Amino acid sequence: MAEGKDEKKYTTISIPTPLAEKIKKRIEGTGFTSLSSYVTYVLREVISGMEEESEEVFSKEDEEKVKDRLRALGYLD
Amino acid sequence: MPKPHGGKLISRSVKKELSETAELTKLEINTNLSEDIINISKGVFSPLEGFLHNNDLENVLNEKRLADDTPWTIPVLLDFNKQDINEIKEGDRILLTNKENGVLALLDIDEIFTYDKKTLAQTVYGTQDTAHPGVANVYNMKQLLLGGKITLLDSKTRKFDEYNLSPKETRILFKEKGWKEVVAFQTRNPPHIGHEYVQKTALTFVDGIFINPIIGKKKSGDFRDEVILSSYETLIKNYYLKERAVMSILRTSMKYAGPREAIHHAIMRKNYGCTHFIVGRDHAGVGNYYGPYDAHDIFSEFPDLGIVPVFFRSFSRCTKCGSVVNDKICPHDQKYHINFSGKKIRELLQNGEIPSEDMMRKEVAETILKFDKPFVE
Repeated sequence: MAEGKDEKKYTTISIPTPLAEKIKKRIEGTGFTSLSSYVTYVLREVISGMEEESEEVFSKEDEEKVKDRLRALGYLD
Repeated sequence: MPKPHGGKLISRSVKKELSETAELTKLEINTNLSEDIINISKGVFSPLEGFLHNNDLENVLNEKRLADDTPWTIPVLLDFNKQDINEIKEGDRILLTNKENGVLALLDIDEIFTYDKKTLAQTVYGTQDTAHPGVANVYNMKQLLLGGKITLLDSKTRKFDEYNLSPKETRILFKEKGWKEVVAFQTRNPPHIGHEYVQKTALTFVDGIFINPIIGKKKSGDFRDEVILSSYETLIKNYYLKERAVMSILRTSMKYAGPREAIHHAIMRKNYGCTHFIVGRDHAGVGNYYGPYDAHDIFSEFPDLGIVPVFFRSFSRCTKCGSVVNDKICPHDQKYHINFSGKKIRELLQNGEIPSEDMMRKEVAETILKFDKPFVE
């Protein structure tokens, strides 16, 4: 869970005005209600796309225990 | 395999001498809350480590995200009445207990706070109508909320545990099977031909399918849990490649929160290691509270969800095509379409009759009819 309940929820960032104008035109008639909501959407998409796939961090011992249970239950041969 | 939601698979259970907890104030909780605790402790609800704080709750209601911006749509809350428990304050550690599940868990109280039931109901369920089962549950909640991390100390062995895999176990299982892309299918009913069509259509494009029935409290007339599990075992044995399908249960209560719950269901399956999640018509809906495809549309708000929704619209059997179809692939008039009516199948089975093979596999129907009482009374 996140901490710091008094943290400010939004911050201001600067982007070039011509880019802002282009975005405003682009989002006309879409579900995006503001420049901010569009930029937020795009940034969330970019950041999540940069997440690497999962590198499992289970210990060898842990993994063997799990595999034993999976075999006992018939999930693994 | 996707990272767990929020980046880390949560594990919050330890074996502790129970004598160490003897001095702690105890709070008896209901069975649904004890299921939440088990799910938190095993990482099904990752990244949650406990019950929501007020700032997380507000953010979930207003933004459909935790306060750290992680997508989250269903509040996981611990409610209590002042009179249930001796004086407690923020910073205290208490012991949560539940007899039915044998749950013993520590709660480190970060926050004690009030909430508005109308706002909670309206925001999560889109209505304040008490005929909605989720809203009724909200109005039955107690007056205050406790926020803080939990640690599971103990829980009982329960019926169907042999079908109950944790996210850690499914992640290792999928890896052992060599599955990189896994589609999850949620269900609360035995499979009819339409379900099989949806599952196999999705499975065609990935490595494996994870069939994940929700087990738990049911209403009168619903199929009993053992019937659902046996019928799926029969279907998988007879009509699936063993190396392509896995079934494991999920113990959690249905909220009937429609679109918000569809996101929650997807998040849980991401934690199990699935890359795709099947979302049908009126997913997690009840009555006419949600539009048929609201649970599809909501996914467009979450470019960072980390699991791909696979949307299915209505499907039926077309007598002219001679196969199961959906509205994107069949040009024929409605008069050629036979809908997969769960109600009709149920009525036939209630009368001891086997539905036509256009509706349900014979082996599945026979499995259901082997039970003296397939339905909850």
